[in-house]
Amino acid sequence: MSQITAEIVAAHGLSEEEYARVLGALGREPNLVELGIFSVMWSEHCSYKSSRIHLKKLPTTAPWVICGPGENAGVIDIGDGQAAIFKMESHNHPSYIEPYQGAATGVGGILRDVFTMGARPVANMNALRFGRPDHPKMKHLVQGVVAGIGGYGNCVGVPTVGGETNFHKAYDGNILVNAMTVGVADTDKIFYSAATGLGNPIVYVGSKTGRDGIHGATMASADFDEKSEEKRPTVQVGDPFTEKLLIEACLELMATDAIVAIQDMGAAGLTSSSVEMASKGGAGIRLNMNMVPCREEGMTPYEMMLSESQERMLMVLKPGKEPMAEAIFRKWELDFAVIGEVTDTGHMVLEWNGEVVCDIPLDPLADDAPLYDRPHVPTPKPAPLGALPESADIGADLVKLIGSPDLANRRWIFEQYDSQVGADTLQKSGGDAAVVRVHGTDKALAISTDCTPRYCFADPYEGGKQAVAETFRNICAVGATPLAITNCLNFANPQRPEIMGQIVGCLEGMGDACRALDYPIVSGNVSLYNESKATGGGSAILPTPAIGGVGLMLDHEKMATIAYKAEGETVWLLGPQGTHLGQSLYLREVLGREEGEAPAVDLALERRNGEQVREWIADGKVTAVHDISDGGLLVALTEMALAGKIGVTLDAPLTTAQAFGEDQSRYVVTTPAGVELEGAVKLGTTGGQAVAGVSLAVLREANEAFFRDWMEG
Amino acid sequence: MPFTSAVITFPGSNCDRDMAVAVEEVCGGTVHRVWHGDASLPEGLDFIAVPGGFSYGDYLRSGAMAARSPIMQAVVEAAGRGVPVLGVCNGFQILTEAGLLPGALMRNAGIRFVCREVPLKVENSQSLFTQRYFKDQVITIPVAHHDGNYFADAETLDRLEGEGRVAFRYAEPVNGSQRDIAGVLNEAGNVLGMMPHPERMIEAAQGGSDGRKLFEGVLAGLNVSA
Repeated sequence: MSQITAEIVAAHGLSEEEYARVLGALGREPNLVELGIFSVMWSEHCSYKSSRIHLKKLPTTAPWVICGPGENAGVIDIGDGQAAIFKMESHNHPSYIEPYQGAATGVGGILRDVFTMGARPVANMNALRFGRPDHPKMKHLVQGVVAGIGGYGNCVGVPTVGGETNFHKAYDGNILVNAMTVGVADTDKIFYSAATGLGNPIVYVGSKTGRDGIHGATMASADFDEKSEEKRPTVQVGDPFTEKLLIEACLELMATDAIVAIQDMGAAGLTSSSVEMASKGGAGIRLNMNMVPCREEGMTPYEMMLSESQERMLMVLKPGKEPMAEAIFRKWELDFAVIGEVTDTGHMVLEWNGEVVCDIPLDPLADDAPLYDRPHVPTPKPAPLGALPESADIGADLVKLIGSPDLANRRWIFEQYDSQVGADTLQKSGGDAAVVRVHGTDKALAISTDCTPRYCFADPYEGGKQAVAETFRNICAVGATPLAITNCLNFANPQRPEIMGQIVGCLEGMGDACRALDYPIVSGNVSLYNESKATGGGSAILPTPAIGGVGLMLDHEKMATIAYKAEGETVWLLGPQGTHLGQSLYLREVLGREEGEAPAVDLALERRNGEQVREWIADGKVTAVHDISDGGLLVALTEMALAGKIGVTLDAPLTTAQAFGEDQSRYVVTTPAGVELEGAVKLGTTGGQAVAGVSLAVLREANEAFFRDWMEG
Repeated sequence: MPFTSAVITFPGSNCDRDMAVAVEEVCGGTVHRVWHGDASLPEGLDFIAVPGGFSYGDYLRSGAMAARSPIMQAVVEAAGRGVPVLGVCNGFQILTEAGLLPGALMRNAGIRFVCREVPLKVENSQSLFTQRYFKDQVITIPVAHHDGNYFADAETLDRLEGEGRVAFRYAEPVNGSQRDIAGVLNEAGNVLGMMPHPERMIEAAQGGSDGRKLFEGVLAGLNVSA
């Protein structure tokens, strides 16, 4: 018998109390294989034990939601018998340790979540947070992450169409790499993960299992420390070529009627996939570990169950379909092995060399999983900012802002991504939402990833609302109807009550925004313990609930873009004039202060203005549309001017708050001269080659200098 | 006779569908999707396209493995008989590896992958593929590659230029290519390799339709009906 010592338990990331639960669930001492399985299934990453009770409060339903949270990805109806399937997921800790492979395998994992459900992936997005640009590691991390995202997505042939990138010192020791995939499937060809059918074969396909990534999920569930880099062997290595073959082989098999259930092997690999499939099906599972395709000899069942080798899937097939399925996978030069069968025992039984090496009752593994209502304290409201002096030179401040890391032109990043493979990309990075045509139709999907962590830090509730609202706004701004969101909730250590308070506050804000905007959450991922002692000081990240929104446009020819289209057009503001400089980029970048309250989001106004702008776009009334977000009105006007290579003349000079205030729920639109827009305020006229007295050439140079000088200087 | 074409798919090809859609859209007729392991091509082909992607993962030199696959023997033979062959991006790399075109595509001078719309100058407007463009016309076509840095020795480059076999040049620096070469023709003029992706610029919704004329040229040159 194996001797499970307190040290072994601790090394598996289980607390004493959790180990007592293991003993209770089994009614005996586990062996090492069983302990390993409990440890990964009960890790924060897989069990959501700190966040689950709060996640349950989020709205997840709407008439167009086909499948909400709980499956590999969320599914919404986009009409004509088609569905959009999407999810966002984090790969934060691996990307800090090994940026290229960490980011690459993050993309690979989220792609699998989507094509597992029967969708062809049509767009990748991302949400990235880095530390200070002058941090000694940061250039290397940015280069590695961007190259990794590109290296994987470009090779599998899924366009990376957009995303967001922020810089803040709070991420110096713990960057965030969140990847999102959107796919399209037929509604009658959606695949789920519940294993059913006594005796049905369980099939392993894809790459062989190696010793990489063992205990990755456990690593993702602990704080970072000085020794994090010693964990490099827990980072997996991606092979996008195999992923491409796996996509094609799976979709080919999915076109037949052979599959009962399918699940990708993501975090915690074979363990979580087999346990989740059997649990969802209310069945049992028996696996013969001798049949698992292994990359090297001498691998133990413990290693096979905990490996996070990439590009692998587990399927339950209908009986007798094995030869046909195998032929498809062999054609694509992928491994195919029947490794077990569905049982009715309610147990997961693993056999190896004729011996039973694991026998776990599945219900207790799920039902007895730890669930914590961790203590939380609300984040105190910051003091209001108070009056600021008027800017002495609004033009100079604009130049500084448009050249700051958070607003600088991101061409250096997105030119490393193949954004056009598929030949359906209608709008990519640089506008409000990315837009991808639904292949062979007039429809298009609009996608946006957003979060403003400095707002979430100042006021988690308002920040949570704002993150949802900004995706809504960006999707409306291209003319699409926002339908649903996915999210990636990145926070620090939930065992600290003030961090747990951030989580609870952000989720409440998100929930209220989703309800008010009819914009449910259909999938998501939680990443906790994002803090690091490695860099000293400021160890917790800003609360970062990254939101990925998806909207639908019925006629892509009506799509709006941000660029001014012609000289002499009227420029309008929809929404109130700017007043709010608390937590603004102006305050941080120009005055060097991070203070004040986050801007509040009036959700009724958000919805009304979103509907108004969509109506104007649908009626062909407006020629350019841009939402107002980071940097305020003057930055929005400048981005439109730079995109259109046309300046703007304002009817009246702007005050500092009007220029840079970050009041929410606002848009800038343009119309041909003479068109009246009821409900909007006229700001000025397009024309010339300057904004606020600064030439476009100067603004463009400022906008492009940051990445160019940083990366190539 | 309706237009009959083939688009080759290697494991790791990812622009094969886009190419087939573009050929069908502009040239009509029948587009055969041909698997890399096939030993022969369909009968009576008017046109063969070798699409972009990462054939076999490009873990060896880009295009090197694909150039040795069974179907490429058939493509080389067809090219020898005068069938028009277009290689785009990874397809261009494969055609150079297969010996159908001179030179090689090396890692971009900037080291990074580059995806953007680039201005291309039409150098030769007399070829089958470029006859619908004007000489020196500047068109916009996107690139998306990591290994697009065209290299050949000076003698070869001189000969390509002297024989009018440079089809397109970049009108701005993109990847460090010798003499800004973006696309080259074989001696007989029936094989074109190019790094930019004309199949991604077929209609206004894609940001422009400058790629369309290339396929229109192929169709016009063959005296077949769409």
